[in-house]
Amino acid sequence: MIQLLVFTIAAVLISLLLNKKKTTAGVKKGMKMFLNLLPPFITVLIAVSFVLAFLPKEVLQKLLGADSGIAGFFIAAGLGSIALIPGFIAYPLASVLLKNGVSYPVISVFITTLMMVGIVTLPIERKFFGWRVAITRNLLSFIGALIIGAAMALIWGLV
Amino acid sequence: MKNYFSENKKDLIIISIFIIFAGTSYYSGFKLGNRVTAGFESAFLEMIAFIPLMFILIGLFDVWVPRAIIERHVGKESGVFGIVWVILFAMLQVGPLYGAFPVAYMIWKKGASVRNIFIYLGAFTTLKIPMLSFEIGFLGLRFTLMRTLLTLPVFILIAVIMEKLFAKDFVVYEVNKSKEMK
Repeated sequence: MIQLLVFTIAAVLISLLLNKKKTTAGVKKGMKMFLNLLPPFITVLIAVSFVLAFLPKEVLQKLLGADSGIAGFFIAAGLGSIALIPGFIAYPLASVLLKNGVSYPVISVFITTLMMVGIVTLPIERKFFGWRVAITRNLLSFIGALIIGAAMALIWGLV
Repeated sequence: MKNYFSENKKDLIIISIFIIFAGTSYYSGFKLGNRVTAGFESAFLEMIAFIPLMFILIGLFDVWVPRAIIERHVGKESGVFGIVWVILFAMLQVGPLYGAFPVAYMIWKKGASVRNIFIYLGAFTTLKIPMLSFEIGFLGLRFTLMRTLLTLPVFILIAVIMEKLFAKDFVVYEVNKSKEMK
């Protein structure tokens, strides 16, 4: 985060030195895009907070644990698709799940869908790409994540 | 300003209701409500810290980077090198998936090919360097390497399919101009 802040400040300063008018236009343009996106962003965050509050860690563990079998894959894919957990929470959570008997392939499905599929962010994605493209991309990513999980299950013990 | 309110009416109503909900939960000691608010707070703080910065960079990118450069490196005729470029570009970034969409809009506007836009999204979501270091830390190098190597061909394939399906009339909208479509 600090790197990004430093980088942005440096970029703005260099840009200012080179051309003041262009810089103002660029920053203004960026801020305009930001303001247009802020309301739908906040709405999505509200939705996410509700989902997370109803799905505490213990519940996740039960759903994905060793005795869930092949169903665990699909539950992991479903949960990963719905949840929108930032990386710094998702990875510690994944490692807790591992220690509690969830297998690596299931974790890989969970992590991959978490990253590539975003059902709650669909309304935002749609604003950029339209419904058709957004839904197709998410659907393909969902299938892709299951394939990655299956491949992990096949080769995890071998490599 | 008036325009801004009318265009975002639905979201602003939801936000107002949520603020009332959070306030009520706080004063009445409603446990579940407070858990929701706490979750919202941490997610919101994470977002507000970096998204404005990203948009400033996107704005600067827009005014400084000429279309010809992007088109040449990641445009329709860019081939394998285009794929490598766009993956490297994506790996250097930070933030969650929704942060990638405005960048996708910008590189589309500057002439990136449909395939490369989706490769960008794939690489952005799964191969960001800051995130990989996290993943290695928590889940181990072996897991991270295997997942990464398996994910790479999958999202390139997804991008190829997306290009096949949508290249004809592909558009990335600058948000709020999307009102004109269905």
